[in-house]
Amino acid sequence: MSEAPADIEITDPVTITLDGRQVVVQRGALLIDACERNGVYIPRFCYHPRMRPVGMCRMCLVEVDTGRGASLQPSCMLQCSSDMVVDTQSDKTRKAQEGVLEFLLLNHPLDCPVCDRGGECPLQDQTVGYGPGETRFVDEKRHYEKPIAISRTVLLDRERCILCDRCTRFAKEVAGDPLIDFQDRGSRTQVNTFPNQPFASYFSGNTVQICPVGALTAEPYRFKARPWDLEIVESSCTTCSVGCRVTIQSSRNQVLRCLGVDSDPVNWGWLCDKGRYGVEALNAEGRLGVPLGRGRSVKTDDETALEEVSWAGALRTAADAITSALDRRGPEGVAVIGGARLTNEAQYAWVKLLKGVIGTDNLDAQLGDGIPAEIVLGLPLATIDDACRPGSTTVVVSGDPKEELPILYLRLRHAAVQDGVNLIEIGPKAGGLTPYATVAMHPLPGELADLVRAVVGGGAGGAVAGVDPASIERARSLLADTDGEMTLVVGRRSLSEDTGFTADAVSVLVSAYDKVRILPALRRANVLGALTMGMAPGVLPGRVALAAAPDAYSTRWPALPAGRGLDTTGILTAAAEGRIDTLILLGADPLTDFPDRDLAERALAGARNVIAVDQFVNDSVRLAEVVLPAAGFAECAGTTTNIEGRILKLEQSTTPPGTARPDWMIAAELAAELGSDLGLDSVEQIWKEIAELSPSHVDLTWEMLSDPQNRDGLVARGDPLPGSVRFEAPEPTAHRALDSYSLRLVATRKLYDEGTMVGRCRSCAGLAEETALAMNPHDFERLGVEDGGRVTVSSKRGSTVIEARGEAGVPRNSVALVVNAPNFDVGTLIDANDAVNEVRVEALQSVAGETGSEGGS
Amino acid sequence: MPRLTPENVRRAKEIISRYPRPRSALIPLLHLAQEQDGWLTEDAMEDVAELVGVTPAQVIGTASFYEMFKMEPVGRYVINVCTNISCLLLGGETLLQHAEATLGIKPGSTTEDGLFTLEDVECVAACTEAPCLQVNYRYFYRVTNDDFDRILADLRDGDLSRDIPEHGILSRVPQRIPTGKVANITPPEDQRVPVWIERAAPDKAAAGGDEA
Repeated sequence: MSEAPADIEITDPVTITLDGRQVVVQRGALLIDACERNGVYIPRFCYHPRMRPVGMCRMCLVEVDTGRGASLQPSCMLQCSSDMVVDTQSDKTRKAQEGVLEFLLLNHPLDCPVCDRGGECPLQDQTVGYGPGETRFVDEKRHYEKPIAISRTVLLDRERCILCDRCTRFAKEVAGDPLIDFQDRGSRTQVNTFPNQPFASYFSGNTVQICPVGALTAEPYRFKARPWDLEIVESSCTTCSVGCRVTIQSSRNQVLRCLGVDSDPVNWGWLCDKGRYGVEALNAEGRLGVPLGRGRSVKTDDETALEEVSWAGALRTAADAITSALDRRGPEGVAVIGGARLTNEAQYAWVKLLKGVIGTDNLDAQLGDGIPAEIVLGLPLATIDDACRPGSTTVVVSGDPKEELPILYLRLRHAAVQDGVNLIEIGPKAGGLTPYATVAMHPLPGELADLVRAVVGGGAGGAVAGVDPASIERARSLLADTDGEMTLVVGRRSLSEDTGFTADAVSVLVSAYDKVRILPALRRANVLGALTMGMAPGVLPGRVALAAAPDAYSTRWPALPAGRGLDTTGILTAAAEGRIDTLILLGADPLTDFPDRDLAERALAGARNVIAVDQFVNDSVRLAEVVLPAAGFAECAGTTTNIEGRILKLEQSTTPPGTARPDWMIAAELAAELGSDLGLDSVEQIWKEIAELSPSHVDLTWEMLSDPQNRDGLVARGDPLPGSVRFEAPEPTAHRALDSYSLRLVATRKLYDEGTMVGRCRSCAGLAEETALAMNPHDFERLGVEDGGRVTVSSKRGSTVIEARGEAGVPRNSVALVVNAPNFDVGTLIDANDAVNEVRVEALQSVAGETGSEGGS
Repeated sequence: MPRLTPENVRRAKEIISRYPRPRSALIPLLHLAQEQDGWLTEDAMEDVAELVGVTPAQVIGTASFYEMFKMEPVGRYVINVCTNISCLLLGGETLLQHAEATLGIKPGSTTEDGLFTLEDVECVAACTEAPCLQVNYRYFYRVTNDDFDRILADLRDGDLSRDIPEHGILSRVPQRIPTGKVANITPPEDQRVPVWIERAAPDKAAAGGDEA
């Protein structure tokens, strides 16, 4: 858990005297940081380099002479100026440190033997290092009820608290969720929540990590281990695609916790709770450790249940299914969806197997819930730092980053609040960034491109897509001030809206401004790696267009696909029509994740054989002929690619359960079973082949990636090269004009849902909230709906009864639902082939009548 | 538990309009809530949080810092007996003991009939008139044990109800500030010229503004 200040470049040098030697430091830097950069650690509790100093704890008092005589000053509040004389070792400094510690310990219970923090506790360590050694306090210490749960995962022992303000500052300043605060005063001051309003922040776990005592502990880790018993490796979180650096800490071959590592270009030490506690899923009940199969029978009417089979048998079944598909229909009879969960090396191995051996191009890592691969592969990529560069302008055309990529949200929020970054948010409805955006616009589904054209080109000055002219004008003037340089955060706005609108909007911006860079806001762990490695139709590893495949591929790979294949929607449609013989699910659950439930069901029923590679049996895997168990996060080494195209090392911490194997090994075994040798026998050697073949990774050697200097990862080439996939402006997507009865459907994501991993993570399961039908309160009267009343919502696909709730941030004439919620599957309303999904909403008259009579109105 | 009444929500919005930022009105609104219920209910604090745009945790954090905001129900009359140095020397401690015996409660608690809450306070800045006490923050000076009994009897009989409203009411006449008399509500970051210059010499202020 390093909390060292980031290295800085000295632009305005001043010389100070530090413990008798002359050192050059940056003028205005905090003294505590400047000393640490020069090898002198000043003890502290409240100061944290990623938060504003407050000078609460007084532990960092040092003797400083600024020309008016030496005096004790808190070094976290003091800025370096010329000719400062600092003595961190003087008798006066020592006495101050001993005094402060003796005071802090007056109210501290010293229950270190039963405290989770024991062994890694700043208070314990600094008492040993700087404390007086004994106390003059002989009275009874204060007692509080212990511990109290301030959220589902955070426990608070108030008597251990030293009131450093770190957790409360984090909640307010970093997370923007000030749900904990100091209460009472004097010796009774305590941190607490409002009664019955828990600290329900997506980032609550960080407060446990930065607590300098054992006051805040994580319920999942409490009493699980002692720090000196933990085996620690540094890796990257693969819960989403931000790629936060973490340490994975395990004991007795079980991962017990993840802590954030301060990676300056990425996560600044923070993690979201989903990433922090997601490792619990590794040990969850139902984790697959052996292959499952149904004997040798091809799908019949009387399906046998999945049962344990041998690896040899399972691989034989899978290979037979592929061979029979090849015999019947050729390579087009085989299709694969998924793969975004895999490491870069595993992705390469699978792509080599599928495109290079089997010869099919029906491969898509996104489940119809992302954006066209050409946007990501055909345009220059930005880094998170680009999007957060002080004074710059960043346009966000995506779903809510807070719900999809929480740490990207923290970075963007910080950029907007503290670094003067202008955010232009063009979301499906008001979300986490809306309060911090300079301009927030929420166009009606289907009218995104119209809005962007109005912003770029100027228009008649009226409202466009339901957005007021003042906002459009403000956005236009902000963009006009940029010199064309901007970062465009692009993701999937709504699962019920065609991505053609997004592609259209991107093309408008890219052609209007010449220095637009893309930061893809795609959610799944290694989706950038997947797309870069060719897990999309028409792509080969290294952003290479299949149509322009260089000789290297045709010489080193046994085969290449004949032509461009299908994306997930295409694959599922073909499968539903019986044109796909063997469908491979590579860590994918289309029944849950594909936006159109009906199509996914028909596809899984229509494919002759389904092969699944997964860690759990989910709804889709349950329908497979054979299930191959894969190693998970922390169980295999390799690299991953984050949204910036940054290649980050993954380290192995524990062994996979049973005989589960890394995904690349499964691909190699399957190839062998098909009578072909992929020629891949270790992660390192796969990377070597990638670096040789892929134009994006050509300069990145395994040695460079393994160098501790490069622990923040190395950004692969982010600019399209000759032969790369090209992003072409799409034909405008047609949709029906709005009529007075229909409302357009917005389907957005929440961080906690009923997904395969979240549902199996003990700390996160149960946090998924039920969805209500959110609609603009202005639409209530027109539709005869009451806030909180029950309504029937129906599309051409299906219908359900659900509670309506007023939400001012939903565009008028639309309604919003959350996908993957526990109470309702929005997928049953969506037709993936419709550009815009329309629904009708009717109030349930009987219920409205009942409430009316109860209310007496 | 009671939320703010519609009338008090209206008054709250009027109070908010007197400040550059809504959250500046937090403490006046807490007084309003305490005036309504005699203490700060959770529902009222949630209402205040929504009105000024902060979280309820921030409201309770601020409110609980101040002794005069009561986080649990108190009696109709809160009696503060001073036991700080001047009052102590002149019998404050004895007066407090007498109060405890008469009311049958310890400081910090409320009589069963819900009429009186007794508190032991530090200096209330009336040292020349020691020993002193306050009833709902209205002063009584040079109080003897007999005086105390009389005050209690008068409060019970309602003889003091004209002078001492029930706990929570700071003033029976709510402050009204006519439109146009509201003090400067420009947010500090937009205030280019100090407001007193602006008021005293509008011409100069305009010139200064241009220079700035």
